[in-house]
Amino acid sequence: MKSRMESSGLDSRIDYYPTHEHQGIRFRRGRTLPFGATVVPNGVNFSVFSSAATSCTLVLFRKHEPQPVAEIEFPREFRVGDVYSMIVFDLDYEDLEYGFRFAGPWDERVGHRFDASKIVCDPYARVVGGRDQWLTKPDWDNIYQHRARLAFDDFDWEDDRPLEVPINDLVIYELHTRGFTANPSSKVSAPGTYAGILEKIPYLKRLGVNCVELMPIFEFDEWENSRQHPQTGQLLVNYWGYSTLGFFAPKAGYAATGRFGMQGDEVKNLIKELHRAGIEVILDVVLNHTAEGDHRGPTISFRGIDNKNYYILTPEGYYYNFSGCGNTLNCNHPVVRNMVLDCLRYWAADYHVDGFRFDLASILGRDQNGAPLANPPLLESLALDPVLHKCKLIAEAWDAGGLYQVGSFPAYNRWGEWNGKYRDAVRKFLKGEAGQVGEIATRIQGSPDLYYYRGPTASINFITCHDGFTLRDLFSYNDKHNEANGENNNDGANDNNSWNCGAEGETSDEAVNRLRLQQMKNAFCLLMLSRGVPMILMGDEFGQTQHGNNNSYCQDNELSWLNWGLEQSSGELLRFVRMMIGFRRSNPVLRVPSFYQGRDYVGSGKPDISFHGTQLWSPDFSAGSRCIAFLLCGRHAEGQQRDIYVAVNMYWDGLPYQIPAAPQGERWKVAINTSMRGPDDILETSEAPSIDQQEVIVGPRSIMVLVSAPRA
Amino acid sequence: MPLEMSSSTEGNTARLSLGGELDGSSAPSFRDAVDKLLQGRPERLVLAVEKLTFMASAGLRILIFAKQKQPTLKIYLLKPQETVVDTLKKTGFYQSVYVVDRDEDING
Repeated sequence: MKSRMESSGLDSRIDYYPTHEHQGIRFRRGRTLPFGATVVPNGVNFSVFSSAATSCTLVLFRKHEPQPVAEIEFPREFRVGDVYSMIVFDLDYEDLEYGFRFAGPWDERVGHRFDASKIVCDPYARVVGGRDQWLTKPDWDNIYQHRARLAFDDFDWEDDRPLEVPINDLVIYELHTRGFTANPSSKVSAPGTYAGILEKIPYLKRLGVNCVELMPIFEFDEWENSRQHPQTGQLLVNYWGYSTLGFFAPKAGYAATGRFGMQGDEVKNLIKELHRAGIEVILDVVLNHTAEGDHRGPTISFRGIDNKNYYILTPEGYYYNFSGCGNTLNCNHPVVRNMVLDCLRYWAADYHVDGFRFDLASILGRDQNGAPLANPPLLESLALDPVLHKCKLIAEAWDAGGLYQVGSFPAYNRWGEWNGKYRDAVRKFLKGEAGQVGEIATRIQGSPDLYYYRGPTASINFITCHDGFTLRDLFSYNDKHNEANGENNNDGANDNNSWNCGAEGETSDEAVNRLRLQQMKNAFCLLMLSRGVPMILMGDEFGQTQHGNNNSYCQDNELSWLNWGLEQSSGELLRFVRMMIGFRRSNPVLRVPSFYQGRDYVGSGKPDISFHGTQLWSPDFSAGSRCIAFLLCGRHAEGQQRDIYVAVNMYWDGLPYQIPAAPQGERWKVAINTSMRGPDDILETSEAPSIDQQEVIVGPRSIMVLVSAPRA
Repeated sequence: MPLEMSSSTEGNTARLSLGGELDGSSAPSFRDAVDKLLQGRPERLVLAVEKLTFMASAGLRILIFAKQKQPTLKIYLLKPQETVVDTLKKTGFYQSVYVVDRDEDING
């Protein structure tokens, strides 16, 4: 290796001038920051850290080629502390793939698992190649499966920026990028891709949602844990993607242009167009573990770079498994913490992402020994970070290690939570379980018992999500049916709080099907009437079924893919959902970002909220009650012009409900009645029938919503 | 198939005809050709691409860079093949260029 090369006539600054050469590649000392690969004048700066390696070698490939073109060991003098950096010249940026070899001790007990025979991916890789097209069979003999590439910062955002929609105004739509349009029934030109979502933006706008939450789009390996079903032979794959191998890289296999390496542009374009349509983008991020699994898993990146620091290890050097997926990221180690911060800042700044939902977020509050922290530095840093300050931060506030923090997640007045208690309470109530009325009254107010010091916007209210039954299946199955997953139906939750309405699975019984439809309407109705932030699962708006599978993580087929034929055949439900979302958006009283006080503080003569039963002013919270009503006084919410009275009857017979007097000069109109068939189930106020009686019959297992309107 | 290029300038319009494949290896010569044409500060850059069967991301980025260097420049793709248009649309580059089927559609 030569040093101090003769001048080659490069017209450049002296600090971007090669000083060394190896195997025809010229390089010089690099910049320690930023980490990763950064294009600089004349070259690329590579920077990576390892606290215990004895040496590091940069390995350079031409794209797709099986063997490297050069391997350059970082000279000892290029290392600063634990950071190896160099600037390499004469590279073809479009054709470059790179990795590292780290030499060091193998001492499992101490936590070192260095293996210089393996080429590992840069933890800061902004593009990862190797899985460019979804489920294309890899070359299993490839010595470097997941390959870091360069990213280019030349996307034309025009005047786009994160929308900063107030969180209390959001209606979140959880979707899986591939599953959303993979089914040919979607009729998009690029099924199963980011571009496919783009073609469905008009549908999302019509539906009325203003935020999409994308299930993991950080690069993962769909072939991880792939297997054939022992009975059917069907290929089961890593379909959901909760297994990150590249925190800074978008999944190439989700891009129609992935084969050209343009997944970054495709994602940015999608975000830009969603923003143009007034729709925010939240990313579901998996920072609690990596795709490397436990000690039996592959060495892709972190294990071969700094195993001891990236992972929470037992005293014997094994992997703590608070994620249920083999390992646990050591999130509150200062170095790992910085990586997480860098990652999210990157997505916020370079991809204009509006927020993040953190999978198994309680792991992010564990210390380096796995114990829960009272004041986790990472969570605090994320909450107060200036770059992330306007981003929504949503925690799935539990983990697989038994930590359950719904209502107690370290919030720093910023973090919201998936409210699992809302989900469970509403499911039980809709089933008709006894003893639920008290909790329902609390949940529809935004859960003040959990978030008193935060406000209802800390509560992400949901009834279904990717984990568990679809909404249709919630009312079609008493039990899970996950046989298609090949695990003898042992996987997936057992405590679903579901009820099949009288028949297990598909049925031709018209009464059962009508009840199921009505229950789905009830669910959407309660969700949209609740204070807090509603989230719905893709496909629930037209009754998507997974035939009772409540854990479809490995089903890359019609079971999981949205069936767009339902858009037509389930028109009654779809219309109801669309109008229910519209009802929420046009009634600010449902979206106030503070709790109801239960008193009159504007002099209207009525409290902001009052609870009733079948009798006025007599809510029945007894164990046997399945009825509740509440009156919202419109004058307590800015922009609200009318009162709303909601009568909820989850009893199996119709019941008479007393109705309060309408405001002076107004009368009640029946805007919503889930016991009616469409289109009379939900109407615009101007078309809704008015009632003047003091009592109304609310049908069995149904909800009636009255709104006040001026007498004509 | 190697990249074939020919260029000309007429008034405020610079024209580059491309045929074959514009991939990573031919992108540098494409960039040189574009840079040379832009030295004359044309108002329009017309790329006749009817015979271009493939344009890699490298080629698209050169167009974006040209636009960023000279924001008032109008870039026209004349008769691009469907695959090229498809990639442009999916990656958002479509908004940075004008796609036309006829010379007559190129105007100020």
